[in-house]
This record gives sequence, C-alpha cells and structure tokens, in this order.
Amino acid sequence: MKNKKWTKFVAVVLSCMMILMMVAGCGSKSGGGDSEGNTLYIGGIGPLTGAAALYGNAVKNGAQLAVDEINAANPDGVQLVWDMQDDEHDAEKSVNAYNKLVDNGMQVLIGAVTTAPCTAVASEANANRTFALTPSASGPAVTEGNDNVFQLCFSDPNQGIASAEYIATNYPDAKVGVIYNNADNYSSGIYDKFKSEYEASGKQLAAVEAFSDDANADFTAQLNSLKNAGVDLIFLPIYYTPASNIMTQANKMGYDVTYFGVDGMDGILDLEGFDTSLAEGVLLLTPFTPYSEDEAVQNFVKAYEEKFNETPIQFAADAYDCVYAIYDAFGKTGLGTDASMEDICEAMIGVFTGDFTASGLTAEEMKWEASGEVNKTPKVCIIEDGKYVEK
Amino acid sequence: MAERKENKAGAKRLRNIFFGNEYKKEATISYGILIVGYILLQLGANAGLIGRNLQGQFVPICVYISLAISLNLVVGISGELSLGHAGFMSVGAFTGIIVTRMMEASMPSGNVRLFFAVLAGAITAAIAGIIIGIPILGLRGDYLAIVTLAFGEIVRNIMNVLYFGLDGKKLKFAFNHTIDGVEGNQRIITGAIGATGVTKTATFTTAMLLTLFTLFVVLNLKNSKHGRCIMAVRDNRIAGESIGINVKKYKLIAFVVSAALAGMAGAMFGQNYSTLAPLKFNFNTSVLILVFVVLGGIGNIWGGILAATLLTILPEALRQFADYRMLTYAVVLIVVMICTYNPTIRARAGMVWEKISPRKRRKKKAEEAADHDETGKEEM
Amino acid sequence: MNFLNSLISGLSLGSVYAIIALGYTMVYGISKMLNFAHGDVIMVGGYVSFCLTMYMGMNGWIALALAMAVCTLLGITIERLAYRPLRGTGSLAVLITAIGVSYFLQNSALLIWGANPRVFTSLFNGVDTIHAANGQLTITAESLFTIVANIVIMICLTLFVSRTKAGKAMRAVSEDNGAAQLMGINVNRSISMTFAIGSGLAAVAGVLMCSAYPVLMPTTGSMPGIKAFTAAVFGGIGSIPGAMIGGLILGLIEIMSRAYISTELSDAIVFACLIIVLLVKPTGLLGKKVNEKV
Repeated sequence: MKNKKWTKFVAVVLSCMMILMMVAGCGSKSGGGDSEGNTLYIGGIGPLTGAAALYGNAVKNGAQLAVDEINAANPDGVQLVWDMQDDEHDAEKSVNAYNKLVDNGMQVLIGAVTTAPCTAVASEANANRTFALTPSASGPAVTEGNDNVFQLCFSDPNQGIASAEYIATNYPDAKVGVIYNNADNYSSGIYDKFKSEYEASGKQLAAVEAFSDDANADFTAQLNSLKNAGVDLIFLPIYYTPASNIMTQANKMGYDVTYFGVDGMDGILDLEGFDTSLAEGVLLLTPFTPYSEDEAVQNFVKAYEEKFNETPIQFAADAYDCVYAIYDAFGKTGLGTDASMEDICEAMIGVFTGDFTASGLTAEEMKWEASGEVNKTPKVCIIEDGKYVEK
Repeated sequence: MAERKENKAGAKRLRNIFFGNEYKKEATISYGILIVGYILLQLGANAGLIGRNLQGQFVPICVYISLAISLNLVVGISGELSLGHAGFMSVGAFTGIIVTRMMEASMPSGNVRLFFAVLAGAITAAIAGIIIGIPILGLRGDYLAIVTLAFGEIVRNIMNVLYFGLDGKKLKFAFNHTIDGVEGNQRIITGAIGATGVTKTATFTTAMLLTLFTLFVVLNLKNSKHGRCIMAVRDNRIAGESIGINVKKYKLIAFVVSAALAGMAGAMFGQNYSTLAPLKFNFNTSVLILVFVVLGGIGNIWGGILAATLLTILPEALRQFADYRMLTYAVVLIVVMICTYNPTIRARAGMVWEKISPRKRRKKKAEEAADHDETGKEEM
Repeated sequence: MNFLNSLISGLSLGSVYAIIALGYTMVYGISKMLNFAHGDVIMVGGYVSFCLTMYMGMNGWIALALAMAVCTLLGITIERLAYRPLRGTGSLAVLITAIGVSYFLQNSALLIWGANPRVFTSLFNGVDTIHAANGQLTITAESLFTIVANIVIMICLTLFVSRTKAGKAMRAVSEDNGAAQLMGINVNRSISMTFAIGSGLAAVAGVLMCSAYPVLMPTTGSMPGIKAFTAAVFGGIGSIPGAMIGGLILGLIEIMSRAYISTELSDAIVFACLIIVLLVKPTGLLGKKVNEKV
C-alpha cells in the first residue's frame, strides 16, 4: 500500500511541476526581447552542448564580439541584442530553439550553425517569414526552396568542385585518396561533388576510405589501405579535430603524404597540444585565417583572444561577418527597429538580392544570389612555418 | 431520501465503470490525462496563451508519449530491458518518409499520406521486430538489453550508407553514393545526411490520435488473456512455463507489438520536420525513452505519459539557465531518480501524503482493512 | 604485412577496450548495475592528465598517477552520492541514474574545459616507433605499451580478487550480498573499493587511449564506453578474463572489418558479431550460466 500512496504523491508533484513549467514557458514570452528603445533582436541557433559544441560556441562568441562593437560604436543608433540558443546539433531541438526565439521576439536570425538543424529551421523560418543568414551551414539543402535563407559561407558543392579543380590542375600526377566522414552531412556533401568533379576531369581516385563520428579515433586501418594503394595526396573534407588524429597517426606510421583540406581544416594550428609541425605543408581552402596581415582581422583576433581566451576559428569570423552584414543590410531597408519580423524578412530579402555587398573578415565585397548562396571564391592556402600562406 | 440513495448508487455504479478495478482505473487515468491535456492545450493555443516554443513541442511530446507507452510494453509488462527502441523508430520514420514522397504526386491530402506513412512504418518496424525478436528472445536480462542496443546501432550504421531515390515512379536504392538515373532532388534519403525536403504532414490532432491508438492497443493487450500470460511469464518464467504458457510466443508478441508501435511513432516524428538524419536515432534516444518509462514507474502507463511530457518540456524550460542548462537537466534527473526510488524517502513521503490527503484520513480505517487484500496484487 | 599491421592496431585498440571493460565488468559483478557513466570517467581521467602535463608541466607518468587518484575519488563519490541511495531498488533505477551521472560529467567537462578539443601529448612522446620489414610493419610505442599494460592489469586483478582478503570479500559480495554481510564483510566498503579500482583503471584507459588517439573532447569517453560495455558482455559480464578477451576480440573485429570489409560498416559488423556470439553462447564467451531454481 505504501507504493500506491507514493505513486499518488509523485503524480501530484509531477503534475504541479508540469503546470509550473508550462506557466513558466508562457511567462517567459514577454521576457527577454522586448524591443524597448531602438534595439534589433538578433537570434542565434547552434550547438552549445554536445559533440559539436565547439562550432556553436565559436559562433556565439564571434557574434557577441560584433554586437558589442556595434553597440559601443554608436550608442544612439540601432542597438543589437544577441540571443543564442542551444540546439545540441539536433534538428528537433533546433526547431524548439527557433520557436523559443520567436516567442522572445526575435526579428532576425543568425543560424543555425550546422547543416542538418539548419535545414529543419530553414523551412520553419520560411513558413513563418524570418530572415535567416547562416554563418556556417554549408549544405545545399539549407537554401533549397527557401527564399529567406542566405549563407555566408561557401557551399559544400562549391568547395568540392574547387578542390577537385585545384588538385587536377596542380597535382596532375598525384595518386589521390580520400578520407571522409560518411556520417556527416558536410563531409559527405563535399566528397560527393569532389568525386564527380575529379572523375569528370578524366582521373580516378586511387582509394577512398570513410569513418563515422562513432569511430573517429583509430585511423590506422584507413591509413594503411591508402598507403598500400600508393596514395601521395589525401583529400580530407573533414573538420580539423579528426584531421589532427589522422596526421598524428600517419606520422607515427612513417607515412609521408600531402594533405589537402577544406575550410573545416581551419583551426588545426590552434588546437591546444597539437604538434603543429605535423601540419606543415597542408593545403587548405579557407576564407579566413587568424594570421592574416589584414588589420581588421588582427583587431578581431586580438579582441577575441582577450575576451574569450582562445584563438578564433573560422566559425567565429563567419558569425562576426554575419552580424555586420545584417546590421548594414538592416540600415539599407530603411525600417525602424519596431518593424515586425515578417516585414524585416521581406525587406532584407529585397536588400540581399539587390546590389547589396558586405565586406568582412572572411571576404571583401560579398554578394548574394537569389538562391541564397554567397559569391565567395575559395582560396587555397598552404601552411608554412605555422602560418597560412596564400597560394 | 430515496433520491439520495439512488444518486449514491448511481455514483457508485459510475465509479465502478471508471475505477472499478486496477485496469479500469489505469485506463481512465491514462485516457483522462491525454484527452484533458489535449483539450486544454488546444484551447490554450487557440486563445494565444501558449507560446510557439511549447506549441512546437506538441507533436514530439505525443510521439514520445507513444514511445514511452510502447516501450512500457516490453520493459514494464514483459519485463525485458530494451535499449534499442530508437532503432524501430528509425525504421518506421524512414519508411514513412519514403512512402509519403512516393505518394506526394498522386495524393494531395496530407492526412491520407500521413496515415499510409504511419501504417507502413508499423509494418516495417514489426518486420524488424520479428527478425530481431525471434532469435534473441531466448536471452535473459541484461544480455537481451545489449542485443537490442546492438540492433539499434546496426540500424543506424546501415542507414548511414543507404541511399533511396525516385526514378520516375520507381523506387531505387543503393549502398553507395550514386543511384542510377536518380539526381538531386529525386533523392529521398541520402545516407548520413538523411532525408531532406520532407513535407510536414503531422499535426497535433493526428499525433494525439496516434497516441490514443497506442494507448488503446497497449491497455487492451495488457488486459487480455495474452497480456496476463505475458505478465505471468514476467513474474515467474518457470511457473509460467509449467502451466503451459509458450514463453517465447508471448514475449515475441509483446516485443513485436511494441516495435510496430514505435515504428508508427517514428513515422509520425519523421513527418514533423523537414529533415531527418539517422544520427537522431542513436543510443541516447533509446535511453531517453527508457528514462521516461523508468521515471514514470516501470509498468505504470500514465506515469510514463507524465514523465515523457515532463522530460520533453524540461530542457526547454531550462533554457533560461543558458550555459548550465544541460547540467541542470542532469542534476534534476539524478535527484528525481533518487527521490522516486530511494526507500527511505519513499516511506517518508508516503507518510506526508497520508497527512495531507483529507480523504485518506477519513477513510483510513476502511482502507487499512482493504490493504491486506490489495497488497498481494500490488507487489508485482 | 597489412594483416600484421592491422593485427597490432586491433590488439592495441582491443586492449583499451579491455581495460575499460574491466571497470564495467567488476562493477556489474558486485552490484549488478550497468554503470553507463564509466565512459565519462575515462574522459575525466584524460582531461586531468592533460591539464597536469600541459599547464603544470608535470611528467606524464606522475600525471597519470594523479589522474588515477582523481578518478578513484570521483568513482567513490559517484557511488556514494548517486548509486548507494538506490541500492536494492532494481537495476533499472540505477541504470537511469548512471545515465544522469554521465550527462552530468559530460556537461561539467564542457563548462570546465570548454568545447574546444585538446590534443593529448602522448606518454611516449619522443619514443621512436619500431619499423620492421623495410618500414612496412610499424609498431608504435603506444600500442606496445597498451597491450602489455592490459595483460599486466589483468593478471594483477585476477591475483587480487583470488588471493587477497579484500578481493575475496568482493567476490563474496558479488556472489551473495546478504550472506556476505552475515559473514561480517563490510559490503559498503567492498562496493566502494570496486568502484575505486574500476575508476582508477578508467583513468589508465583514458591516458592510454588519448596517447594513441590524441583528441580529447567532453564526449570522448561515450563511444569507447559503449564499445567497452559491449566487450564486457561479449566476454561474459562479471568475468575478469572475459572482459579482456571480449575487449581484444572486439578491437580486432573492428580494425579487421575496417581494413578488409568496409570502413563505413565496421561498427555494424562489430555489433552483428556480438549478436551472433550471444545467440550461440547466451551468457557471453566466459560468462557463468546461472541455473534458475524453482
């Protein structure tokens, strides 16, 4: 009988909690993003916890820096509010985060950070008319059929094509192998295009190996088979974290090979504890390098390091540019900050598809297609003496 | 005086219909929670009292409730630990997406497409349940658990390399990156990227109907001859065998029904988002569903309903904690588990409940007499 | 030659799994619970050791010892605060609590160390890799040491549980909790000790794993944790030699299927092998068959 009383007690407590939470859910609607005064509420969505947390946190910090700068530079003008919500790199949670931001009174969206969640958010934002500029979700599905979603990074297919062209022309005799993450949207997206483009140039890939997020520690099997196939250039359409693992293990195996990475490789030099001499001679496509001589980049890197105690990766720079692009474009719409999310969306689409250009850390004169893609061209850099050198 | 007596008798009869025995009581409470919850939330949403954030969770909450109910069939009623429920969900979800994509051209009604998606999800998940269930149900306890875990991981790994596409009206699939004659947006499922461009057809009402259906199936199964056999086997396998119950058959029934229901819930889930990746159905999701079941009280169906609702809303309600959100979630989970299951705390809280419940106090004596009869039934 | 290379990587990965699996299997043996937070203790071990070597400039081996101490304490604390209140309430409640603890550890690590991954400096930094057969066969110091460490740990543990008084007490408790208590064995202490040993070993596994596969993130421990759990079941959960054999076989299957069958499906193959083994031997390779009494 004790059991029974207990279940009732628990039921009552649980129900009370539930009601409280629902009330809290409704109550917080009014909190947060009141457009008091001259403020524009910018929402962000990205993984702040879980396995992809580093990308979301970089975006959060990068955007925060831009927002602080803009607010400090012009205290009487439009003030920005930056609110980043966690999606745990999960489509379901990202839609929840989006809805939360709408509840909070979001006017413009930066995000989502990763492709799969961004695809889910994009269709919600499209139906609900929210203007979205994603700093880093590079999959083509993000913009497909959504006139309100724009990308600030170059798209996966673009990178695949650019890499294939570069390798085919500059390394015509190389035996090319690939290691890609088959459980990752970004990686398999680039690989697909790379393969078809490279084979279209009349060449064959010597070996292709895959791995998944669950098995991203041991690469000896993959490296052995590439080595046996005589591969002397490995194309790595993956992020720098597993790439550092690959380089370490290849080095231990005594496998000397050229690596060609894409923009996900950026960050490898700042990986704490990583022996950067292993990354010497790595080729990569990148829109941003923290070692650039460019003054804006230098200031950004300095401010970022001071504030967050780490070197910014490309995601942070992309987010920083996103904030400025949105700020500038919003100025061009001629709308006041009291405009509704829907009105801002239509006006921003007009600006972005017009002759609007934005310049920032990752590119000069960025221009957008109506499809949502940005016209950035991937640049090839090589790592020499622990620095990126443009090729 | 006579009238009053009649009223009393009527009330008693009513009470009997709804709360007459344990099964009736469970059914009344479970259906009650769902229906009242549905009405309240619909009213609240229409009146604009409920924010988008909560409204957006209506369908997933229904899906998770369905999953909790169906997993309860295996964990609570059949007494086996399953750690691969997300695998069945995955099978159902991707089948549902393929079916709706194939029907999109010929069938304009979203609800009809959704119905067939859910139906197809149930069928494929049931087949998966039979395939995995027949060989493994001879295993005991934690060994069965690990095999279901393995099953879930295998499904996810295979989905990571499976490609489906439409070539005209023909459905094609492949294990590599190119499907002959299928380009770009004719692709339905592209390996790890999963399905993109899904047209959303799930609504709160249809999701709730599915939940009610799941509840109906599970409660009726529980309250049938089959259900009693399943529970007899759970309570004592050898005793069950000795009175002629075919242990394997009944375990399989529970397992396959649970799988089919999970497939249906998965199909509903897949129809609620424009994209779906195999990564969603990983070990963590299986565990999450198990958490609903255990937190709600193993075998207690309406407890599972409450727990699924709460734990789905909880991470969203914790958003104000910002960076500490998931940490808080973990702490809440641990504390709630300890408070719910720790014997000392349970006993104390039972005493508190006795004091604050007025009806209990009034009927204390009567209840105490009844206790002796009921304890036998309660202790399962 | 490729086969030999794969064999060595397989044994080395398998040894890591085996050491983690020991923790699982001992805890399961004594308290019949699946401690899903074990994988995250590995991660904590890795981080502690990383911080000590990187920020305090300690020698890798001293850092390892300290990491072991920290993890041992952590293991005892977790057991005391989260698992002991639920003792005797059925394995499912503790299982869910363990999952809660796992979330807790991961998210604490995220808050303490941030989301940026770290690259672990190998214990054997500077030790040359052995190249044989014209450089075709490579044996890294990490894999060699991991394999040796695994064997040593296994032998020590087996001796410990069969020869020492504390070990015998642990066995008694795992055999029959109530009877052991009647014989004057301090059950609480035995269980704490099991957690302590398991968590200490987790630190060793963490350092060895990160030496070979150097990326360290808050989620680093979760997948090896699940794999090691599989390994423990593979070998027969509750059995110490079983954990070692299960771990080695699992590592070998994983690497071999990656080398010869498919890199994409290697995990599916591992889990499929597990199912087949359990169908043939329902209690794992070395598991005890418990006869049910009526």
